[in-house]
Amino acid sequence: MTHAHAHATSTGLDSRKLAFWTFIGSECLLFGSLISTYLVYKGRSVRGPTPAEILNIPLTSVSTFDLLMSSLAMVLALAAVARGDRLWARVWLATTALLGAIFLGFQAYEFTQFVHEGLTISTNLFGSTFFTLTGFHGGHVAVGVVWLLTLLVRSFQGELGPDKALNVEIAGLYWHFVDVVWIVIFTVVYLIQ
Amino acid sequence: MFLFGGLFLNASFIAGPLLGADSLSVAPNGGWFGYVNLTSRAFSPGVNIDFWLLGLQVLGIASLAAGFNFIVTIVNLRAPGMSFMRMPVFTWMTLVTQFLVVTAFPVITIGLVFLMFDRFFGTNFYAVSAGGDVLLWQHLFWLFGHPEVYILILPAMGIVSEVLPTFSRKPLFGYAVIVYSGLLIGVMGWGVWSHHMFSVGLGPIPDSVFAATTMLIAIPTGVKIFNWLATMWGGQLRFAPPMLFAIGFIAMFIIGGLSGVMHASPPADLQQTDTYFVVAHIHYVLFGGAIQGLFAGIYYWWPKITGRLLNERLGKVHFWIGFIGMNVAFFPMHFIGLLGMPRRIYTYGPELGLDRLNLVSTIGALLLGMSLLVFLYNAWRSRRHGEIAGNDPWGAATLEWTVPSPPPPYNFTVIPEVVSRLPRWSRTQMRAMPEVPPEPIHVPGGSYWPAFTAAGLGIMAVGALLHTLWVVLVGVVVLVVGIYSWAFEPFEV
Repeated sequence: MTHAHAHATSTGLDSRKLAFWTFIGSECLLFGSLISTYLVYKGRSVRGPTPAEILNIPLTSVSTFDLLMSSLAMVLALAAVARGDRLWARVWLATTALLGAIFLGFQAYEFTQFVHEGLTISTNLFGSTFFTLTGFHGGHVAVGVVWLLTLLVRSFQGELGPDKALNVEIAGLYWHFVDVVWIVIFTVVYLIQ
Repeated sequence: MFLFGGLFLNASFIAGPLLGADSLSVAPNGGWFGYVNLTSRAFSPGVNIDFWLLGLQVLGIASLAAGFNFIVTIVNLRAPGMSFMRMPVFTWMTLVTQFLVVTAFPVITIGLVFLMFDRFFGTNFYAVSAGGDVLLWQHLFWLFGHPEVYILILPAMGIVSEVLPTFSRKPLFGYAVIVYSGLLIGVMGWGVWSHHMFSVGLGPIPDSVFAATTMLIAIPTGVKIFNWLATMWGGQLRFAPPMLFAIGFIAMFIIGGLSGVMHASPPADLQQTDTYFVVAHIHYVLFGGAIQGLFAGIYYWWPKITGRLLNERLGKVHFWIGFIGMNVAFFPMHFIGLLGMPRRIYTYGPELGLDRLNLVSTIGALLLGMSLLVFLYNAWRSRRHGEIAGNDPWGAATLEWTVPSPPPPYNFTVIPEVVSRLPRWSRTQMRAMPEVPPEPIHVPGGSYWPAFTAAGLGIMAVGALLHTLWVVLVGVVVLVVGIYSWAFEPFEV
């Protein structure tokens, strides 16, 4: 992240940002494959528990709201860094990371609950596709939380001035992407049954 | 990361024979296509498939990392004046290829993750008894696998598009059409995968759709062929080794393309699938096409890379023995296949009556092997005895020939202003390149952290192979330490 250096580029777009957009394109195919598999296997489990029996939609609606709010906090964090407001940059970065961690807490609770109710990754097709899809997403959220905390530490070290706003912007791209993926997962897995 | 993935795959191939007994062998034993259930725990209980899939995962990550790098470099770091439509075709095709890499590899990654979870954690992705579908693997594999075919051939098409103009002393015919055809192949390459699965019974509608898209993709490919022929037409042809391989590429790729269009038709494919006819097809496009294209590139750029030319006479010997060898080896396979010899079986019975044709094929394969020995000797010999190349041994048109061979670490003493598509053949002369840089050029210092980071992935893969959690965790720690040290390393070294 200290690689900030001014090179004129052919498109005018920063190379790291372009690379990251390419990465997000690649990630779309990764989650696309996972989500397609979930849809292809929907309703094909030969034994329960089925999604209707086990999914807790009110609970997950709360965690979805939590994750959506974290995207708002991310936007505010970037704005604060860009205008050189150290205090609010730290507040919003910490808030984003905290909301991400809360989402992970919800997921950990949900997974434990499911295992208690007899749904593991090997129980049936629903279990295999559900845990793999949401687990991959949760892994991405966890990486995002670590990234945000790293930025927070850099801020406390005095290394996150307005000249480093791009670092926060790229972390934000990642965070919003992971958020958008969750909206698709929430719709496909929880809302459309 | 390529290194580690490669080590993994190679180790699995090499360790097999070394360890001797079949039970100890770790070579992958599910075929290169890895169809489930052959690769499920029940039918491949050993570590063989684990080795294969973990090696592929590591290679996949490496390919993705390289892909992002290539795309950003080509899109964002072009010299002033190097507009997209002035880029060499090889660069163009590399760009298209890397887009295919970064979009196709995640799909096989997920297919392999499912297989890994099935084998390690007892998930049901490919378990028919639990309602899973073995066709899921075939779809994911070929959804990656067919773009992969174009990942192999597009760079070769780019190389040939550089070599032909140089040795015909003529600009490439229909540059824009070749570029757009390449783009079209890249896009359409995503819509043909199920032609690998005509015989599994997808139904008449998918079969018809994929037959149509497969026949359509032959059009941009054919367009390129005509452009290459028109490039040579009326040129001052010089048959140096790169040119021979480029022409060999065109000729052999036409044959491979024709048999490809034959099994684009599902009724014909049902007769040909899983026979040696398809083996003949793949070798004409893969060896006759991609590999000959790569050899054209190796002979063409070897002097630029090493500063010395490969011997021309030995190069011609290599080409002709290889060219005859490949046709003797692979052409009879068309007949062998149509006469009913199945592929993917290690032997064949005498009652098929195909012994003689197979013997011919074997002789061809030996010739092919000999031609590669000639090449290796030529490469070794060129270290000392190769003719000194100078900046531009071929009188070529593109920018790389303006710098010394081998190029200095900073490439150009001053960043060139690109004034045309063929800068060295253009009436508008480029500014002369000074011998030494007029001002110091900043070259980024080397770093060990990328290799350290890659080692983390390797350790994780070994841990997964051994089913030992702490080794995986050590790998994770190495990976994380590597990423952070790499990211926070001062740039100015």
